[in-house]
Amino acid sequence: MSNPTPDGSAKTERIIGSVFRVNGPVIEAIGITDAMMLELVAVGSNQLTGEIVKLENDRAIVQVYEDTTGVKPGEPVYGSGASLSAELGPGLVGTVYDGILRPLSTLLNMSGDFLDRGITAPPIDQEKKWFFEPVVSAGTDVHGGMIIGTVKETELFVHQILVPPFMHGTLVSIAPAGHYTVRETIGEIDSDDAVHPVRMAQKWPIRRPRPVKGRSPLDTPLITGQRVIDTLFPVAKGGTVAIPGGFGTGKTMTQHALAKWCDADIIVYIGCGERGNEMTDVLNDFPKLVDPRTGRSLMERTILIANTSNMPVSAREASIYTGVTLAEYFRDQGYHVAVMADSTSRWAEALRELSGRMEEMPAEEGFPAYLPTRIAEFYERAGFMETLCGKNGSVTLIGAVSPPGGDFSEPVTQHTKRFVRCFWSLDRQLANARHYPAISWIESYSEYLSDIASWWEQNAGADWSDCRSTIMDLLQKEVRLNQVVKLVGPDALPDSQRFIIDVCTLFKNAFLQQNAFDENDRYSTVKKQYKMLELIVYYFNRGQRAIKNGVTLVKLRQMKAYQDLVKMKFSISNDDLSEFDKITARLGRSFDQLEAIFG
Amino acid sequence: MVDDKMIAVDSNEENPTLASFPGAAGHTSSVSLSLAEKLKSAKEYIGINKVDGPLLFVNKTHNVGYRELVECVDPSGLTRLGIVLDTSADVVVVQVFQGTASLTLPDTRLRFKGEPHKLGVSEKMLGRVFNGLGHPRDGGPAPRSEHYLNVNGKAINPMARAYPRDFIQTGISVIDGMNTLIRGQKLPIFSGNGLPHNELAAQITRQSKIRGAESEFAVIFAAMGVKHDVANYFIRSFEESGVSHQVALFLSLADDPSIERLITPRSALTLAEYLAFEKNMHVLVIMTDMSNYCESLREVSTIRGEIPSRKGYPGYLYSDLAELYERSGMLKSSGGSITQIPILTMPNDDISHPIPDLTGYITEGQIVFEREMHARDIYPPVAGLPSLSRLMKDGIGKNMTREDHPHLASQLFAAYSYVKDVRNLASVIGEEELTPLDNQYLEFGKVFEEKFITQRRDEDRTIEQTLSLGWEALRILPAEELTRLTEEEIDTYYAI
Repeated sequence: MSNPTPDGSAKTERIIGSVFRVNGPVIEAIGITDAMMLELVAVGSNQLTGEIVKLENDRAIVQVYEDTTGVKPGEPVYGSGASLSAELGPGLVGTVYDGILRPLSTLLNMSGDFLDRGITAPPIDQEKKWFFEPVVSAGTDVHGGMIIGTVKETELFVHQILVPPFMHGTLVSIAPAGHYTVRETIGEIDSDDAVHPVRMAQKWPIRRPRPVKGRSPLDTPLITGQRVIDTLFPVAKGGTVAIPGGFGTGKTMTQHALAKWCDADIIVYIGCGERGNEMTDVLNDFPKLVDPRTGRSLMERTILIANTSNMPVSAREASIYTGVTLAEYFRDQGYHVAVMADSTSRWAEALRELSGRMEEMPAEEGFPAYLPTRIAEFYERAGFMETLCGKNGSVTLIGAVSPPGGDFSEPVTQHTKRFVRCFWSLDRQLANARHYPAISWIESYSEYLSDIASWWEQNAGADWSDCRSTIMDLLQKEVRLNQVVKLVGPDALPDSQRFIIDVCTLFKNAFLQQNAFDENDRYSTVKKQYKMLELIVYYFNRGQRAIKNGVTLVKLRQMKAYQDLVKMKFSISNDDLSEFDKITARLGRSFDQLEAIFG
Repeated sequence: MVDDKMIAVDSNEENPTLASFPGAAGHTSSVSLSLAEKLKSAKEYIGINKVDGPLLFVNKTHNVGYRELVECVDPSGLTRLGIVLDTSADVVVVQVFQGTASLTLPDTRLRFKGEPHKLGVSEKMLGRVFNGLGHPRDGGPAPRSEHYLNVNGKAINPMARAYPRDFIQTGISVIDGMNTLIRGQKLPIFSGNGLPHNELAAQITRQSKIRGAESEFAVIFAAMGVKHDVANYFIRSFEESGVSHQVALFLSLADDPSIERLITPRSALTLAEYLAFEKNMHVLVIMTDMSNYCESLREVSTIRGEIPSRKGYPGYLYSDLAELYERSGMLKSSGGSITQIPILTMPNDDISHPIPDLTGYITEGQIVFEREMHARDIYPPVAGLPSLSRLMKDGIGKNMTREDHPHLASQLFAAYSYVKDVRNLASVIGEEELTPLDNQYLEFGKVFEEKFITQRRDEDRTIEQTLSLGWEALRILPAEELTRLTEEEIDTYYAI
């Protein structure tokens, strides 16, 4: 039997049946003798990669990951004896894959600018020699997930070589430090039944979560550098987020910003059924951008899965699982991984299309009845874990949702909402006004807030929670005040209430809006965010007092120091926060003067 | 293999000696079949079992490949083309492009060609008019083809793409200034019935240029279910601007069989890919009207009894549209490009209808028309806020257009968005009750719409003219309001 990999090297001579019917990516095979559910198969004379998704007597339904044009009834179906698996090992980081983990640069060399069918390539370079350094010695008792050595994969990234899960026993031999390929045996484990060779690469079926020792509470925020997220709706490391929004509201832009600036060790970016040019944008952008924490290129911590909208629909279905499997593998090495899935709606639509072709009974809007189960299974693969190697690692899942017509009542958004704990709702009105990120402060929520508040209070400022709730309170009030303004005009409101609207406008322009292309503004450190928040709250408190003391709103608006607040996001860099104290001092003096005149 | 009722005969004039079925399993329908092989794989059947709309059902054939090309000959000898939509050992479903009128069950003859539909392409196709399948409809002979390409195309490897960043100057302020078109972009026009989308598309075609570059270009026009006079309008417009020798038209007009519309954009894009990526030309593809294309798709899906998703459209509408729209862009290995301007009429002006909705999710932005602006005689009636160009950010600014362009566009959007709020407020409380600042915004909105957006149908503005018109409008507002612009930009351009 062969060694199947998701690159489709299931090419084998073991015929398990023949094609009976072809309907797009769904193939019905008959005469099935020996097959298992979710087995990886090769279909037809071109040996197209597919997966068995249904078995009934001697019939099987195969979901094919490539274009089935030209496949005829009567052509053979070849079995591989194993499920669709990902090959995991050194060489993953910085690579671009399609939905079933074929490296696109290799495919480019093999088939040119356009993707051919039936071509296969292993996901990681089989010939490249990596410098392996053992960290345990022969004779040690080892268990699944244990670290036995390291490989420095990039300047930034040390790849931990793990014992495959579920394998345990005594390490009878281990290779000395030196250069090895991923296929070479670097150790042998004597378990109860036999001696197993260990290599640097291992395989894992993509639809099955990798085992861990246990789950830990989520109390560390994933710092994204985006102020509206970190300050208003933070996500914890190991958390789950949905970003729903109609087209043009900036889902992809938000995902890109997170992939660039969040403080995860590894980013897995899944372009699931989205635009080809967006992937090219990432490919152009990331190698040039510098990770502010390490000073190295961002590509050195990124893995891209690019299954664009015109690539086969079943590979789109698989791409989500491929991505999260990679993430779990790095989590098991003790890293914090963030997965961006753009967009999970395209994945759900792929499910719907395949389900329709299999003539299953639809539930809501043609989606299969098992859609919520699948969504739940996916998001449950996130978490902050105690790994088998004893370290802490996390997988944070951030899924974009593209609701048709921007209507959040549709099934994918609704079911996703049930299984995520953080919801960043993108607002059409904000996007139209080019207020980016267009995350609505009214509709969005984060359930992680109470868990991570103490982290902020320790790392930013003790009054972080108070400042945040002051601002949230004002934003809620502003909604009600604006309703009044819409009816009777702003003049009907007293100065104290109009001042609230002013502060909220300031907060939106100076704090929430963030320019992804500005050197200083594209990400903000925890400290800068806190300082900005504190300053705006200070402005509000002083202003409120001044109005009480008889200062008019017009005078407040003319204050020179106000312009400093408006421009502070651009004018103050992340490294030089002393400017904030100067602004605070200037602002304080201006208020003192005003109050001296009026008070 | 063969049912008693069915008679498989040799296509006698082509290959009288072939008496047995081709060994289907061993016979791959690869690209380079010799003529003899082609003939061998063509089996002819007399009689079909069922006709339903554009679909034919044939029982008990030999093993037919998925998406294989089929020739269908009616009793009078007329040949039509179709493709295999569903194949199994029992029954094969064929979709006929040119209608199924006058077909009879016993006398219709089917020939399976053993390979997918291919379009013969050559540079000689420029200056000619074709039907949706690529057959000449201008009375001329079929141009000699250099290559035969599968019309379904293949997905571009994302690694092979070059990121589009060349600014195309269309001479239209609202596009150049606010929703910049980039070479290799797919930017649809979301319009409605009775709105001037054809005029705008024709004007873009006439005026588009890359500054400081002369290069070989071609225009490919795919018409799906549009009226004869619309097609004639475009043809005339191409003639008047003297580019008609660089234009290839694929016309499947309103009175042509609706199923032909499904193949029309694929034929057009196949030629576009050939010209762009083999011949290094810059190709502009205009496809109108995508709504008609989607209607045809729904028609076929309904007849096949597929489970519908929204409004009866099939669940794969997104994937199907993506197969078309994603055939644009640039490659690292080639000097050419494909820029797409699909036009669609939003049913009932509803932007959340599945057709514009799914299109917006695939394309890189959209130009949205607003009926109310059209009624106020604003041309082009491009709605400021919902319109968007996603590739604009990397194609404008210093060394590309002008350094103030990104912030200026952002400021215009923000200010215009506020104008909409003020107008709503004014309609409730009256303009007199507005604050002086809000009145300034109203004035800005007026100037912006009348001076910046509005232009004549033959007016070709340079990007500098466009930008200074933008500043002219902004000068109505006090400088403190311009929070999206830097102080240097305000110093340089606001004063004057």
